[in-house]
Amino acid sequence: MLIIDCPWCGARPEIEFRYGGEAHIARPADPAAMSDQEWADFLYNRTNPKGLHAERWRHIHGCGRYFNAVRDTVSDFFVTTYKAGEPRPDIGESGK
Amino acid sequence: MTNRFRTHSGGRIDRGAPVSFRFDGKTYSGFKGDTLASALIANGVHLVGRSFKYHRPRGFISAGSDEPNALVNVARDAARMSPNLRATQVELYEGLKASSQNRWPSLGFDAGAANDFVSPFLPAGFYYKTFMWPAGAWKRFYEPKIRAMAGLGVAPTLPDPDRYTQNYAYCDVLVVGAGPAGLAAALAAAAGGAKVWLVDEQAELGGSLLAERTATIEGKPAQQWLADTLATLAAMDNVTLLPRTTAFAYFPHNMIALAERVTEHLAAPGADLPRERLWQLRAREVVLATGALERPLVFPDNDRPGVLLADSARTYLNRYGAKPGDRAVIFTACDAGYRTALDLAAGGVAVVAVADLRREVHGELPARALAAGIDVRPATVVTGTTGRLRVSGARLAKIKGGPSVDPVGASETIACDTVLMSGGFTPSVHLFSQSRGKLAWDAASGAYLPGTSVERERSAGACRGITGLQRVLEDGYGQGEAAAKASRDAASPARGATPPPGPSAKTFPAQADDLGTDGFIGATPHARNPAFTKAFVDWQNDVTAKDITLATREGFRSIEHVKRYTTTGMATDQGKTSNMNTLGIVAEALGESVPKIGLTTFRPPFTPTTFGLFAGAARGDQFDPVRKTAIHDWAAEHGAAFEDVSLWKRAWYFPKALPDGRREDLHAAVGRECKAVRSSVGMFDASTLGKIEVVGPDAAEFMNRMYTNAWAKLEPGRLRYGVMLREDGFVMDDGVVGRMAPDRFHVTTTTGGAPRVLAHMEDYLQTEWPDLDVWLTSTTEQWAVIAVQGPKAREVLAPLIEGIDLAKEAFPHMSVREGTILGVPTRLFSVSFTGELGFEVNVPAQYGRAVWEAIFAAGERFGITPYGTETMHVLRAEKGYIIVGQETDGTQVPDDVNLGWAVGKAKKDFVGKRSLARAAMSAPDRKQLVGLRTTDPKLVLEEGAQIVADPKAPVPVPMLGFVTSSYYSAVLGHSIALAVVKGGRARIGTRLSVPMPDRVIEVEIVEPVFYDPKGDRLNG
Repeated sequence: MLIIDCPWCGARPEIEFRYGGEAHIARPADPAAMSDQEWADFLYNRTNPKGLHAERWRHIHGCGRYFNAVRDTVSDFFVTTYKAGEPRPDIGESGK
Repeated sequence: MTNRFRTHSGGRIDRGAPVSFRFDGKTYSGFKGDTLASALIANGVHLVGRSFKYHRPRGFISAGSDEPNALVNVARDAARMSPNLRATQVELYEGLKASSQNRWPSLGFDAGAANDFVSPFLPAGFYYKTFMWPAGAWKRFYEPKIRAMAGLGVAPTLPDPDRYTQNYAYCDVLVVGAGPAGLAAALAAAAGGAKVWLVDEQAELGGSLLAERTATIEGKPAQQWLADTLATLAAMDNVTLLPRTTAFAYFPHNMIALAERVTEHLAAPGADLPRERLWQLRAREVVLATGALERPLVFPDNDRPGVLLADSARTYLNRYGAKPGDRAVIFTACDAGYRTALDLAAGGVAVVAVADLRREVHGELPARALAAGIDVRPATVVTGTTGRLRVSGARLAKIKGGPSVDPVGASETIACDTVLMSGGFTPSVHLFSQSRGKLAWDAASGAYLPGTSVERERSAGACRGITGLQRVLEDGYGQGEAAAKASRDAASPARGATPPPGPSAKTFPAQADDLGTDGFIGATPHARNPAFTKAFVDWQNDVTAKDITLATREGFRSIEHVKRYTTTGMATDQGKTSNMNTLGIVAEALGESVPKIGLTTFRPPFTPTTFGLFAGAARGDQFDPVRKTAIHDWAAEHGAAFEDVSLWKRAWYFPKALPDGRREDLHAAVGRECKAVRSSVGMFDASTLGKIEVVGPDAAEFMNRMYTNAWAKLEPGRLRYGVMLREDGFVMDDGVVGRMAPDRFHVTTTTGGAPRVLAHMEDYLQTEWPDLDVWLTSTTEQWAVIAVQGPKAREVLAPLIEGIDLAKEAFPHMSVREGTILGVPTRLFSVSFTGELGFEVNVPAQYGRAVWEAIFAAGERFGITPYGTETMHVLRAEKGYIIVGQETDGTQVPDDVNLGWAVGKAKKDFVGKRSLARAAMSAPDRKQLVGLRTTDPKLVLEEGAQIVADPKAPVPVPMLGFVTSSYYSAVLGHSIALAVVKGGRARIGTRLSVPMPDRVIEVEIVEPVFYDPKGDRLNG
């Protein structure tokens, strides 16, 4: 069971958290202006990388806050966590 | 029976404490400290089971958790019956009752053994090849037959009466394995002040030292050193010693699962103790000191009872004082065979020959064997054994070429009652591999060793290929020191190769035999007809060398495929004794090197683990949390039947006692409850509805974005039915929302949807619109909700309410007022889910029951009728009100379920709005909510039944939709149903069919509102 570092509470076991999908996909400011294809991309299409993945987590059985994390989908280990609203840390595309 | 094969002295058994036990109904005696296996061996019993596929007689192979054969059933009583226990790990206690498995009618004569004679027709992949045809026969015939024949033990039929506990724990350094390396590692880590846990699967800590006869450490006999070391460790406050504890799984970030068997070894377990404990231990650093497992040799008839691993035989002799037989033939590919030979000779067993696969034999141990007068035969193999239920002889033959070239020498049969084999040792890398560390092939020792680590762990001693007692002790100490030091460094997980042994701070002068790294992997040669020989690789799944070569001939190359096709290594022992030999056989058959073939994956658990351990306390009443409303006990006292809705217990219906003493059934009770609500008044516990308080200056804006409805113009004091969509436009939840103040909303959700809705709101609030000034609070359990519904509802409530004018004009339908009821503050809703005049009384939960009882008393003169969820469902279906999750399945947009009116089309945006604009979301052939009427008014459709236009159409019949809700309406006197049907609204007035297994039911498509379509009754 992984240990996840909540940016608000510190290191806690994985069972306190819930996954929230890929991070940094902002809801468009004006959805009505988007084509069906653009809207479908926003709704459904995700990067699904092999390597580093920025994703949302919620410390649901703790502070309740959403935050972002970079996790290596190959090793399953977290590389870093950061607060929602902060930019993705510049740590490249791959863990290697 | 006497202990005829017991030595006169020695061993760790307590000869002053005899223990009587039963095996297959026969009484035997052993001693305290015996395992079931050692006690049976001391009594000369080797036949303990029948094999899985061929039902061949089988005996013990090993003395530990790697045992593939000796699986037994141990029963304290009918409920406490454990199948498939390894007899080598079952500790003896007074009165123990064990029995053999997979035999009928008896172990000595087993009808299933006929399989052995038809074995030429049972090759690798037999199941895949034979049971393919005819297709229908698999389910009817083959599978039931195979299931009856296969499987080993029988599961108990009664519930497990014992208690299992689950604990979390933390330590600085976990040492797995209490052999010499693990003991030294624990000593070193503990000396550094670290909080140390030392765990071992065996009853006694000590590992290989427990079977040492002549070795010395630091000038003391090994057994003395062991006792002193354990005393030292036990005296330290920072050390926890756990015997009988298997580290069975290695999870990420050094979470190790430990199974501690607390009472299995006790004759009379105290009621205060759990049977087993699951430890979920988080260790900063882990030292794996898991040792090595002896490899069998794969030669014909190597499964005859009496054929054992050589070092296991030595363990039986030295540790338990149990001789494997009177006359031993030893077949070895390494020096372990000689060490056993010397100990056997010293223990009074005649060693008639040592056949050594190696062409040349030199070194200290063979020299000592020769000096002891033992018949040592280099370049010799065993090509078969004789005997039926017990080995009676071994066929020895000289090999001419290397080990992989067929021997041509004539075989000579030597009489013996035990054959002891040793193919060398395989480092036990199971946990290292589970931790996702990368294994590396070590050509020098012919073994996979721990390579690159992923977790904060290191291996020590034999499990990383170190041999020789002194080197093992010093490696253990060095790794223990390093682990303690690393545990003080909180930095992120160290990854990389396990550090080299490094200079240990301590030396451990030890005198012991070094067995080196010689060994053999694969099948040993023989010149016999392969069609009539069985050389077993995997004893537990009955896989022979021939099966594996057949798989390679049939084109299997990957070891993972060979494994699955032949099932080698797939039994409960997970191939502890068989995996390396399988690799060797495949490598030779394909002409490749062993590392080229690869290695199968090690997966948890290391040894079989009980379901009780995983279930822990989560069974029976404690399987799931139960949520009860404040009114629950009143309902129970009034005879309610309950149903589970998510975790809630909800009153389902209130059956009345009938004059004849029986109680109403569901049908009668619901009919009566429905009529009462429609004709007078009923009351219903709606407390389980989810409730969220949405508060803040931007609350209205937030509600606007989260719900389809327009909220800005909703005045305080008014209610509105809200519909919530997911971003993909599909209905997610619904509920009535009250505006309590300009900046405060009382939101209700479906009973099951409350957590989901709150999480959905939090998601948008925190991540999309953090600029909105809004707070969200779950208030589900703060409010008890009493629905009072029916034409008399106002008259019932009016005398109890203060501070609220209940007059129709002052308090119209869909309003909310704050006041008091019997002095208790209330948020009173005028709202109806029945189609009748109705109110929902929200009071703080602690007053729920008192207010409920007061309303019940006040309603008595109107015959107020408590009703349950079933009546609630019927009443709302009569009105065509949907239930999210019943009429919807996550693919309905609001218009599909006639909620298009609730969508604020003028709003610029809300969650899901853009998706609703897609053409497909307003296609005319979408499934739409309609009502169904059956021709026969009594006939109630089955929920979920499919609806078709022409039931005689060729298969596949086009499905137009399905029934979502279906009830008998006592008020209307006929059945009613709701359904979603393609283009349903345009089909109203037409007829469709509902095909059922026994008949086709014709239905008429109707408007989904069956009762009071104009809604006149809502306003009273």
